Amino acid sequence: MTPKRRRLTMVGLGLLMVATATTLALNAFEDTLVFFYSPTDLIDTKTNPKKQIRVGGLVEEKSLLKSGDGLSVSFTITDLDNSLPVIFNGALPDLFREGQGVVAEGYLVDGLFQAKHVLAKHDENYMPKEVADSLKKSGKWKGGSKQ
Amino acid sequence: MIAELGHYALVLALLIALVQTTVPLYGAAKNDFSLMGVAQPAATAQFIAIAIAFGALTHAYVTSDFSVINVAENSHSLKPLLYKISGVWGNHEGSMILWVLILALFGFAVAQFGIHLPPTLKARVLSVQASIGVAFLGFILLTSNPFLRLDPPPVDGRDLNPLLQDPGLAFHPPMLYLGYVGFSMAFSFAVAALIEGRVDPAWARWVRPWTLAAWIALTAGITLGSWWAYYELGWGGWWYWDPVENASFMPWLSGTALLHSAVVVEKRDALKSWTILLAILTFALSLMGTFLVRSGVLTSVHAFAVDPERGLYILAILVLFVGGALIMFALRAPSMKLGGLFQPISREGGLVMNNLLLSVATATVFIGTLYPLFLDATTGQKVSVGPPFFNATFVPVMIPLVLLMAIGPMLAWKRGDLSAAMSRLWFAVALSFGIGIFVFWLHSNEPLTPVIGFALAGWLAGGTLKEFADRIGLFRDQLSKSLSKARRLPRSAYGMTLAHLGLSIFICGAVADSAWRTEVVLNAKERDKTSIAGFEAQLENVERLEGPNYHLERATVVIRKNGKYVTSVFPERRFYPVQQMPTTEAAIYTTLLADVYVSLGEGSKAQGWTLRLWYNPLIPWIWAGCLIMVLGGLVSLSDRRLRIGTPLKRAHKKVQANGLPENA
Repeated sequence: MTPKRRRLTMVGLGLLMVATATTLALNAFEDTLVFFYSPTDLIDTKTNPKKQIRVGGLVEEKSLLKSGDGLSVSFTITDLDNSLPVIFNGALPDLFREGQGVVAEGYLVDGLFQAKHVLAKHDENYMPKEVADSLKKSGKWKGGSKQ
Repeated sequence: MIAELGHYALVLALLIALVQTTVPLYGAAKNDFSLMGVAQPAATAQFIAIAIAFGALTHAYVTSDFSVINVAENSHSLKPLLYKISGVWGNHEGSMILWVLILALFGFAVAQFGIHLPPTLKARVLSVQASIGVAFLGFILLTSNPFLRLDPPPVDGRDLNPLLQDPGLAFHPPMLYLGYVGFSMAFSFAVAALIEGRVDPAWARWVRPWTLAAWIALTAGITLGSWWAYYELGWGGWWYWDPVENASFMPWLSGTALLHSAVVVEKRDALKSWTILLAILTFALSLMGTFLVRSGVLTSVHAFAVDPERGLYILAILVLFVGGALIMFALRAPSMKLGGLFQPISREGGLVMNNLLLSVATATVFIGTLYPLFLDATTGQKVSVGPPFFNATFVPVMIPLVLLMAIGPMLAWKRGDLSAAMSRLWFAVALSFGIGIFVFWLHSNEPLTPVIGFALAGWLAGGTLKEFADRIGLFRDQLSKSLSKARRLPRSAYGMTLAHLGLSIFICGAVADSAWRTEVVLNAKERDKTSIAGFEAQLENVERLEGPNYHLERATVVIRKNGKYVTSVFPERRFYPVQQMPTTEAAIYTTLLADVYVSLGEGSKAQGWTLRLWYNPLIPWIWAGCLIMVLGGLVSLSDRRLRIGTPLKRAHKKVQANGLPENA
């Protein structure tokens, strides 16, 4: 093989690989991207009840109810304009508290959010970034200056 | 006083680094040996100065000197000593000091051990390394000075994030940084080679051990981080494709590619420009990892103080260094002499495929990690990319890579014989089918994914073992002859065998855990029982106790199998009053084949406690596989050729008093 042909082969192979990666990624994005909404967004956005989405906001004060066995819970996520009821079967994360930020991942069926995961990951303001941004958007943000 | 000394030492280090950047570079251009000679003592002095600064900060932490803002914000007098020390790098400012300390350590090591390096190359490498030091020391002094005072000092500190108060995490950042920053060495060698306009096998012999050392540390660091996430975060998983995890995984992938392409440069003098490019990109990905986790672009336990100014500065460093290096690459690479030719079916060809596949894998992780940021910045739409994306993109790229890993090492350099290699692979085929059928028989009415995963692992293990056996003539020659061949085999060959076997074991663990993990969540009062995967777990009692800087509830859970007592485990829930934060300390009963993982949730005596149990099959194999990969790296690093950095036949050459070989 001449050096020129070798180089062409290499470039060809490289391009093929890049094409493969792009195709794989674009294909996967269609099915796996999980979109984030605030309760207000969900009022005028139609979502597919068969597709996972994320909803974030504050856990409304005094909205947390536990079932008798303590394993299924319901609470309300609010962005202080609108709110959304959530049910969840499972153990809540350590940092889940009323009045603080939370992100739930799951399915929205007939106005009730059925959460598969509840995340309360946080920085020092106990606030997931998406939630902080959506609160800022609705003008309800009162958090720390560092944001 | 000691804090001021640390501050002073940092400024001194910056000045030394400035000298080390400029003078040797100029000396190398003018071929002036005395100017080039400045690099070595400067690298030593810079390292000592930064070590003094690091020592001063550590002193402030150990003595709980709360007049230093950094200590007051991140430490507490009641904290155990280990976490006072690990608290030094458990915050942004301190971790940056650790970063430059390791950067200077690598420069120091090249200055000390690089006695056989051609003097101009050595001067240039140390100069480039020092320029990275200038950028980061400037960053610390301008935006992240850890030695600032607080007046009046508070009575006590604000404590370290309790999630970080853990032995696994105490050593995770230093290991990870050794890896990240270690790739700066490959970068410096690459840029120095571009300045020289020359890459030869000797260059690759120099780059390999540094890249290997960085790769070992990064592998160990990622493993520690994953292990910590597994037992500390309390959700029973070990990898979540979280952007922060990906930030460390991308340099690992491209670093692995670099490790393999450097072999081709060394042995065959080919793939030179590609290797240079890979060295630049690997360090770029390391810098990007630092940027992503330090700028607060991503939310995680790693994003300490969110400060856009710092993010911007790191971004500027990234653009400056990587952009500069890439421009230099574009100017210089075309003039580089083409190296040895090879056929597509050859060892080189196999390593090219390895590099392409690893690059594609890196690209998929890159796209998945950055796409949400890109979309947020352009449209404001918020999305998250989770495990399903990576399962759909990363895994399909890994399958051909693992298939190739068994074949590649069997091909000869330059021109390989595929059919001969395939005929040697009967053992891999046999092992692959054997394990696949065994797994299918065990779980016959379930999806086929784990069967494929195990068959792949068997294929890889079989190919690797067969290659090793052939190399020492096992079963072909007499045993004594094989053993003596095995003794003469270079350690790098053992290293490769171990690392590839480690990956095979890792694959088994990862596949088994994702396919067969089971979970039980229940609300348990004292004496309540449940069963999981053939084990019976009973909550005996829950006690309230006091830790050194936290309160805790500790459960006693008895695990039985077939009615017979196996062990008791003690999961805890801790509450750290200073940070007002609870943490979960899972308890794990491990056999070599599986973990029973118990985590205690909220509850009370009257209501009962939430108890989560997981049965994680083969999960210990994940850590074992990674450790074997690390071990393989260490064995390879101890290879005589790499230690000395020059071929055996030149090793005995006399060294002059000035540390240069006679013919230099």
